[in-house]
Amino acid sequence: MTSLLTCKEFLQELSEYLDSTVDSELRLKLERHISECPNCFVILDTTQKTIKVYKGMQPQEIPDEVQIRLMKAVERKMAAKAAAKHPGASA
Amino acid sequence: MPATTEAGVFDESVLLAKAREGDLAAFNELVSRYSRKIYRLAKHITQNDTDAEDVLQETFMKAFEHLGNFQGQSKFYTWIVRIAVNESLMKLRKRKSDRTVPLDEPLDTGEDTVVREIAVWDDNPEQQYSREELAGILEEAVESLKPAFRTVFVLRDIEELSTEETAEALGISVPAVKSRLLRARLQLREKLTRFFRRKGDDVFAYL
Repeated sequence: MTSLLTCKEFLQELSEYLDSTVDSELRLKLERHISECPNCFVILDTTQKTIKVYKGMQPQEIPDEVQIRLMKAVERKMAAKAAAKHPGASA
Repeated sequence: MPATTEAGVFDESVLLAKAREGDLAAFNELVSRYSRKIYRLAKHITQNDTDAEDVLQETFMKAFEHLGNFQGQSKFYTWIVRIAVNESLMKLRKRKSDRTVPLDEPLDTGEDTVVREIAVWDDNPEQQYSREELAGILEEAVESLKPAFRTVFVLRDIEELSTEETAEALGISVPAVKSRLLRARLQLREKLTRFFRRKGDDVFAYL
């Protein structure tokens, strides 16, 4: 028989459980804990939903002017590097 | 000039090889591929539009400058994330030069894993809100985290880097990443409960 985990022990392992990086023995202990502890079940469920909702968040578009300034800065850098390689060509 | 090269539109190693040889279109393609994510990452860490733009530019300038040193052992994205994180942290440190460097704060007090509020959420809580409202709620919750927790959470759960990649990008240990991620997730869970709890449910338990 495996001993029942305390809620504190369960919480310490919660993140790793959600990332599926716990070994099978610990997994069984954690699952046994949530089958008997409604509070930890809710914490597990809502933490899982927290992660899911952030994973689904799409990056917003970069403002056009920011993107334009970025591309210009990149072009300037490229031109400077090319000029440094071939100093004669830039004169 | 076209934004993509003919041979390697989807193949990053081809793009990288071409960019290393000085193919500007190939490097431009890499920039367009990742600029949104790098900008978002920089905004999350610096929480400031001007700083985020500076970080965005600096990141790709440095990537271009040091492309020859990039070994290709890690992913290109992980490599530029690492540059972007460093640049972002420098911005934070500059802004708060009279305060403790955020990533060095002592964190393992254990208090951050205390769970105060336990309430059942709706099955798809995000659907109660418009896209804009939801984005606002999620952003605000992340912004309220301490920088050390925020950076780990952003890299692991938003940018979806592995634990090892996050540790490498932040220059901290794997156990530190795990411990900060746990605390960040629990704190966010707590903050979001206010918005996502099933209606009619009250706080029914304390730990």
